Amino acid sequence: MANLELRQVGKWYGNYEAIKSVDLSIADREFVVFVGPSGCGKTTLLRMIAGLEEITSGDLLIDGVHANAVPPDKRGLAMVFQSYALYPHMTVAQNMGFALKMAGMPRAEIDAKVGEAARVLQLEPVLGRKPRMLSGGQRQRVAIGRAIVRNPKGFLFDEPLSNLDAALRVQMRIELVKLHQALAATMIYVTHDQIEAMTMADRIVVLNRGIVEQVGTPLNLYHRPANLFVAGFIGSPKMNFFPGRVQRADASQVVLALAGGETFIVPGPESPPAVGTELTLGVRPEHFEMAAQGPLAGTVDVVEHLGVETLVYVRLASGAIVIVRTDDLSRVRVGENVSLALRAGRASLFDSSGAALFHAMPE
Amino acid sequence: MAYAMKGAETAGRAMAQDGLARGRRRSSWLLLSPAVGMLALWAFVPLAMTLYYSFQRYNLLYPERRGFVGLLNYQLMVTDPSFWTAIVNTLLLVLGVLATTLVLGTVFALLLNQNFRGRGVARLMVIAPFFVLPPVAALIWKNLLFDPLNGLIGWLCTLMGLQPVAWFTVHPMLSLVIIVAWEWTPFATLILLTALQSLDSEQLEAARMDGAKPMSRIIYIVLPHLARPMAITVMMESIFLLSIFAEILTTTAGGPGDATTTLTYLIYIRALLDFDVGGGSAAGVLAIILANIVAFFLMRAVARNIEE
Repeated sequence: MANLELRQVGKWYGNYEAIKSVDLSIADREFVVFVGPSGCGKTTLLRMIAGLEEITSGDLLIDGVHANAVPPDKRGLAMVFQSYALYPHMTVAQNMGFALKMAGMPRAEIDAKVGEAARVLQLEPVLGRKPRMLSGGQRQRVAIGRAIVRNPKGFLFDEPLSNLDAALRVQMRIELVKLHQALAATMIYVTHDQIEAMTMADRIVVLNRGIVEQVGTPLNLYHRPANLFVAGFIGSPKMNFFPGRVQRADASQVVLALAGGETFIVPGPESPPAVGTELTLGVRPEHFEMAAQGPLAGTVDVVEHLGVETLVYVRLASGAIVIVRTDDLSRVRVGENVSLALRAGRASLFDSSGAALFHAMPE
Repeated sequence: MAYAMKGAETAGRAMAQDGLARGRRRSSWLLLSPAVGMLALWAFVPLAMTLYYSFQRYNLLYPERRGFVGLLNYQLMVTDPSFWTAIVNTLLLVLGVLATTLVLGTVFALLLNQNFRGRGVARLMVIAPFFVLPPVAALIWKNLLFDPLNGLIGWLCTLMGLQPVAWFTVHPMLSLVIIVAWEWTPFATLILLTALQSLDSEQLEAARMDGAKPMSRIIYIVLPHLARPMAITVMMESIFLLSIFAEILTTTAGGPGDATTTLTYLIYIRALLDFDVGGGSAAGVLAIILANIVAFFLMRAVARNIEE
C-alpha cells in the first residue's frame, strides 16, 4: 500500500540538469509507466524514487512521509533491474531469500516465503539452480520473485522486458499485468517501448529531456496529446505532421494553407485562431482514407502488408511522406496516384510552440 | 547400375579426401616440427641431462671419481634433514606470501576501485613494486628498511623508544615473506582490480535494495565474484614463488643456519657451492616431482572453480 508524491523533484549531475522539477503523484495500487526516448531521464527518476540516486532538489513523499534521506532498503520499495542483477553464485532460492536473510529473518520463515513466491511464479522446479542455468524468462521471474518475497509497498521496474525475445515479451507483459492485479501493489514501470506503456499502464508519464510532457491514461494520451512531442511519441507509426498557415477560420472550421501548397479544411476550436497564424496539423495514419477527391494528392512510395492492416507511404508533391493505415483489402499499388481525405474529420492542431490547440473528434 | 556407379564415385571421392587429409596432416607436421623441435631441445635436453646426472656420482671437486651409483644420490638427499627443512621452508614462504598478497591485494583492489581524487597516481604507486627487479627489491628492504642501524624501520623504532630489530637474524623467514609479498601484492591487486571492474554494478544496487550493508555486500556479492580470479592468482603466483631465489641470495643466503634455505636454494647450494652435480641433480628431480604434485592439486581445484 503506497502512494508516492514527487514535489518539484530535480536532479543535477554537476552542471547538467537531468531532471527538471517533476511534480507527480502516484496513487495506491496504480500501475504507472514512465516512457520516453533514451536519455530522457526516466531511469534516473526511477532510481531517485528507489533511493539509488540522490535527489538534488524537491521532495519525495512515500505514504505522506518525507523519504529523500531514507535508505533504499527502508523505503519499502522493491526493484527489478534491466539486467535482472541476479547474484550469479547463489541458487534461485538464495537469490530470492537474500533480502530476508539480510533482515535477519529465521531460516524456516525465509524458506516458507520463498516457497510461496516460487509457487506463484512457477519457479519451484528450479529453486536449487544457479541463475546461469535458467532461461531468460525464468531469470526474469526470479528477479520478480526476489522483489515479491520482501512484500514491498511498491514495485519499481527498470525496462525489465528489454532482454527478452518478442514472443516472451508479450507473454511476460500479460503476466506482469496479472501480477499487478493479484498483488494489488503500486507499480512504477520504466520503458522506452510505447506498446508496453500503452498495454500495461493505468497512467503513462511521458518524459522528454528531464521534463514531464504529459501524464494521462493511455487512450487520453493517444487521442488528446498535450503537445507535438507526445503526439509524435505515442502511436506507431507516427502521427503525420503538416506545418501550415491559417487562411480563414470561424467557430466550426479552419482553412489551412499547407507548406506544400495544398489547402486543408479541418474542424477547429470555438475561438478561431487569427488569420495568418502558423499552426501544425497532426493526423494519425488511421485517420486518413483514400478518396476519389481529397485535399492531399501524391504517389504511393511503399506498401507494407501486415495482415490485419496495410501501411501505405504516400509521397506528396512537396516530397513529404505521409503514412496512411488502411484495411487489408486495400488494392493500392506502388507508383499509383492517390488522394487522401480525413476520416470522420479527425485531426489535431498544434500552435507554433508545439502545444495542442484543438483535437477534432466526433462526439 | 546407377546406384553402383554412384557408390563407386562416393567411395572414390572419400579415398581422394582421405589422401588429401593424410597429405595435409603430413604437411602440418612438417610445418610444426621446427617449433616442436625447439621446444624439445629447450625442455627435454636439460631435463634428460638432469635425470642422467642424478644417477651419477659426479662432484666437480673430484671429477675423476665418476660412475653410475643408482639411487644413492636420492637416498642421500631424502635422508638429509636439511632436505626436509628446505621443503618446510618452501611451503612457509609460498603459503605466507600467498596469504599476504591475497589479503592485501583484495584490500587494495577494493580501495582503488573507489572514486577519489588522484586515483590514477595511487594505482600507479600500488603497481610500482612489480617493476622493481627482485635483487634490487631485496637490497632496498635489506639496506634501507630492515637494517637495524641505518634502516627506516629501525629508526622509527628508536623514535618510539623501542629496540631496533635485526630482522634477518631474529625473523629471517618473516622478513623474506614480507619482501616477496611486497613484490607480488601488485600482481594480485591488478588481477583482482580488473575483476572488480567487471562486477555488474546493478548487482550491488540490488543488494543495497535488499538491505545489505557495505560489509555484507563485500562478503556476499564481491568476494564470491572474486573467487575465480583469486584461484587464478594463487596458481600463477605459486608457479613463480616456488622458484624464488634472488631475494634469498641477496639477503640471508639461506641462513641463519638453514632457516631460509628453500628447495630452490638447496639445489643451488648442492650444485654450485658444494660442486656436487649428482646430488644437485637429484634434488632438482625431487623438486620437479614435488612441484608437479602441487600443480596437480592446484589445477584440479582451479579447474573446478572455473567450471562453476
